[in-house]
Amino acid sequence: MIEYLQILGQEIYKIIFLIVPILVSVAMIVWLDRRVWGLVQKRRGPNVVGPFGLFQTLADALKYIFKEIIIPASANKVVFILAPIITMTLALVAWAVIPMSENLVLADINVGILYLFAVSSLGVYGIIMGGWASNSKYPFLGAIRSAAQMVSYEVSIGIIIINVLLCVGSLNLKDIVVAQKDLWYVIPLFPMFVIFFISALAETNRPPFDLPEAEAELVAGYQTEYSGMMYAMFWLGEYANILLMCAMGSILFLGGWLPIMDVYPLNLIPGPFWMILKILFLFLLFALIKAIVPRYRYDQLMRLGWKIFLPSSLVYLVLTASFLFYFDKLPKVSI
Amino acid sequence: MIIHSIFFYFFSVIAIFSSLMVITSRSTINSVFFLILDFISVGCLFIMVGAEFLGMILLIVYVGAVAVLFLFVVMMLNVAEQKQSWFIGKKSTHIPTGLIVSVLILLELLVVVGGWKYKDDVMSSNTLLLSDISNTHQLGLVMYTEYILYFQLAGIVLLLAMIGAILLTFRERVGVKKQSYFNQISRNPSNAVELIDVKSNQGIKIDD
Repeated sequence: MIEYLQILGQEIYKIIFLIVPILVSVAMIVWLDRRVWGLVQKRRGPNVVGPFGLFQTLADALKYIFKEIIIPASANKVVFILAPIITMTLALVAWAVIPMSENLVLADINVGILYLFAVSSLGVYGIIMGGWASNSKYPFLGAIRSAAQMVSYEVSIGIIIINVLLCVGSLNLKDIVVAQKDLWYVIPLFPMFVIFFISALAETNRPPFDLPEAEAELVAGYQTEYSGMMYAMFWLGEYANILLMCAMGSILFLGGWLPIMDVYPLNLIPGPFWMILKILFLFLLFALIKAIVPRYRYDQLMRLGWKIFLPSSLVYLVLTASFLFYFDKLPKVSI
Repeated sequence: MIIHSIFFYFFSVIAIFSSLMVITSRSTINSVFFLILDFISVGCLFIMVGAEFLGMILLIVYVGAVAVLFLFVVMMLNVAEQKQSWFIGKKSTHIPTGLIVSVLILLELLVVVGGWKYKDDVMSSNTLLLSDISNTHQLGLVMYTEYILYFQLAGIVLLLAMIGAILLTFRERVGVKKQSYFNQISRNPSNAVELIDVKSNQGIKIDD
């Protein structure tokens, strides 16, 4: 029994060393997001608390912690409290399989990419439950919109993942990265990378697809009735999900922890550095897009998902499969 | 091994408890939430026996898509009114129909389980587990070679169901203005703007 307790202790130790950096980087990424947004609009952005305003998010978090949590009288209390907890837990749980370098991964499972896909598809529950349990018009409308949106864009993300898997021949995230040693998949599968990026924007409810929280029509969508720490948890979960999507994009298309070129000074730099660099690059694109594009209308959003992304990713899937089959490049299975 | 059985009993107790709560809980929303919990714990059981692909697909398809639609429908319906008519109304026809269906399902299950020993060439899962390639590879190896016909047939059945559902709900509405992106973008001043010399006291007729 003592043995098991020791193993358990080691695992908890590892998990803490995974979660704390993620929470800190979420705080930093929120600052970066607001800063980029400000610079695009010729404002300064948060620059008062700490050097360059770096501690702004920590100050905001402190403010949220000391605020009163208000639960509406007509709300379904259990579901209302459960919703932000589910959102945040799911956003953090997915990080268990993300490899930061060859050996730096908490759980190296065979079906890593399916696990990521499953957890990100469960993320919709936090939003639906929050919207329904608030028992108020705007949150419910926001929840309905977001459910339809996230279910639609998952389909195209799934087909894009199949595209990559055809080239790799394994569902393991490490194998996916190692298979890109010679050529990052962003080059042969560039159209898929673009579609993946746009679908990731829709999947994480980022502008231009932030219809669930369109402030002009729905106040704040599903978050309207939330306050204090529960609002902060939604917020944390949302940004952790955005980071997760960036990590997924860099593993699937940008070669994960691999350096840009496998030459002498570059391959001395450790893997996690490259991984973080790629995640930051994708996140900067997310932040820029938030600042420069207007919001989509609901029917345009649905049309884009079902009539454009789904057919074109299916066509590209057929093309990839035919190419690999014709040139006999399909990955071999060793039995 | 003891940890393994602790986890097994943990998930199976949750699965059985939540499936009981699905049929006994008073509010429909709670039923759906317990159904989701049931799906998740059954998915965990699948993963525990080594069927990781099945477990993940169960999570993605049932929890990620099907249960979301269930939740959606149940939230939109007025649940309180229906509860009255289902359980208290005297002319309820749901209970006999439900009984007939469940007895039939029970009989079918008995026939299937009883006939299991007459299977001819289905490999038992034990022999599959012994080989050292992963579960997903094993599925892929047999699904597109030996069982390609059944696989494609299942796909066609799903396609038919989808077409049927679309046909049932499709209705042509008249008088709806649709936005055509192609027409919108290819509009230019020469075919959109017209200069008309309007005569005094006569006006012009503009047709849509």
